[in-house]
Amino acid sequence: MSGLTLNSVRKDFGSFTAVNDVQLAVPQGTFVCMLGPSGCGKTTLLRMIAGLDLPTSGEILLDGEDITAVPTHKRNLGMVFQSLALFPHLSVGENIAYPLRIRGAPREEQRRRVDELLAMIHLPGYADRPVAKLSGGQRQRVAIARALTRSPKLFLLDEPLSALDAKLREAMQVELRQLQQQLGITTIVVTHDQREAMTMADTVVVMNQGQIRQAASPMEIYRRPADTFVADFIGSTNLIDMYTDSAGRAVALDQAIPGLSAPGGGKAVISVRPEDVHLTAPGSDGTITGTVTFVRDLGGTIETFIDCAGQQIIAVSTPRSRPEVTVGQPVGVLLDPGVCVVLDR
Amino acid sequence: MRRETPQRLTDYAPIAFPAIMLTVFFVIPFGTMISVSFFQRQQGGFYTPAFVFSNYERFLSLFFANVLGFSLMLAVLVAICCVVLGVPFTYLLTRLTRRAQIIWMVVLLSVLSLSEVIIGFAWSTLFSRTAGITNLLVVLGLMEKAVALSPGFPAVLTAMVYQALPYTILVLYPALIRLDPTLTEAARTLGASPLRAFFTVVVPALRTTIMATLIMVFIFALGSYLLPQILGRPQHWTLSVLITDQAIYQSNMPFAAAMAVFLVLVTLAMVALTLFAGRKREAAT
Repeated sequence: MSGLTLNSVRKDFGSFTAVNDVQLAVPQGTFVCMLGPSGCGKTTLLRMIAGLDLPTSGEILLDGEDITAVPTHKRNLGMVFQSLALFPHLSVGENIAYPLRIRGAPREEQRRRVDELLAMIHLPGYADRPVAKLSGGQRQRVAIARALTRSPKLFLLDEPLSALDAKLREAMQVELRQLQQQLGITTIVVTHDQREAMTMADTVVVMNQGQIRQAASPMEIYRRPADTFVADFIGSTNLIDMYTDSAGRAVALDQAIPGLSAPGGGKAVISVRPEDVHLTAPGSDGTITGTVTFVRDLGGTIETFIDCAGQQIIAVSTPRSRPEVTVGQPVGVLLDPGVCVVLDR
Repeated sequence: MRRETPQRLTDYAPIAFPAIMLTVFFVIPFGTMISVSFFQRQQGGFYTPAFVFSNYERFLSLFFANVLGFSLMLAVLVAICCVVLGVPFTYLLTRLTRRAQIIWMVVLLSVLSLSEVIIGFAWSTLFSRTAGITNLLVVLGLMEKAVALSPGFPAVLTAMVYQALPYTILVLYPALIRLDPTLTEAARTLGASPLRAFFTVVVPALRTTIMATLIMVFIFALGSYLLPQILGRPQHWTLSVLITDQAIYQSNMPFAAAMAVFLVLVTLAMVALTLFAGRKREAAT
């Protein structure tokens, strides 16, 4: 198939397994974000795709061709490093033209391509500037342009926006996504920022301890997390213990929840997003009664912390959809089975 | 960081000690040497204070021009050999584990503890016909029979490079360890083979360091006067050898001083020229 395929890729550093049996198919032209806590193996996986690290076992296929043993410089890819790795002894234009220069492309072609790329990253006329004189965002763009000079098959970015301030980062996320769609290039971004992943990706790959926990669209990941790690890592969630009683009913927070059942009829965990927890007057039909322990009023939204049968539940509501309750008062909590995700404990 | 300029006399106190040291151990001896170079030599005696140019005049001959030329050529060659060997070596060294780096550094520093005399005699043994490395090559079947490799120009060059290489590596090491390793990786992802990446990224990024190292080794090699005598023929003697010869064996202090002053001037001129050329190239790019 066209695109990138990882087949049982594994990487050991001594006795430590950084990447463990990773299986992933990235169709041509998709934007993939690899997301996970630090040390989860996402950067190692990216470096193996780039050829900077060799897998201990497994194979990497690009457009159906085995590239596992192909050295980096013969892979036709572009990579943006976390440090950006712009060459300090070269100007902006020379940095961007580097891949063409070492291939011996004619000067005229080099200049044309540099102008084209500078226009694309909205920095026309910057070719002769030294790299050291650029701002953080400008360096970022130059690094992106340089990685795209050869029109590579694969575009890899390792925490590309982590050095930028929050506002610029959000703007660059949008810009990067638009650029990728315009070029239709297969792109893999490593990040630990879930907003970044949700903004840009077609597919989010959540990793932990060297393994892929879930690979799906951002909405799917958010709405239907595959396990408690994904549910907890992406956004915030309430994880509620659930068990099956002798009558076969699913019980959570000391109350039977109709419409839910634990797989295999045993114990499970319910994941419910704070914005899906509805608050009502205490004692209403089908609700669980709890006590308010803390209220965080953020203006646009209000977070209510509720103690329900010894478990803390957080509800996020808009001021209008929420009954007037203060700390110490009882409140009714409504868990809609439609938005609850039952996960293995 | 902004520094205040010193306001009162006491603000200058911290530099008093280095200033005194520099004066006593450098400025005064150097001044003495310059004045001696204009003194009149007493045949069979020492010298009397005077102001004559005869010592410099005697220097303006084809013989001394040749010796000077040879000395500069040798020093340049040593500097180039050291940098050509030292840069790739240090680059690879910085990519080793911390432990391996320390072991290599200890080995290199131990070379520095050897005096020039020991290095000279060690190499003259290694280059000899009876006990030298050619015997090893004979055993390995690579050579017909053992030969003497010293005295000769290659022997002088080898020993001087051996002596200067640890300094070269020590000067290069800090710059190379600070070099961002992702620079080479970036070059590789952009289509450069590892060797290509080394020459198009590592070497140019270290241009200033390499230039400084060349100058340091060049000056270091110019001062070498024992190795050319131990391992070379008279035609491989450098100006430093002749200065020693005049000062110690011929008791001609004024002439030795004149040669030393001239050597310093030529060295300064060459360093200035190198820096000027480097700056000009920097401005052009």
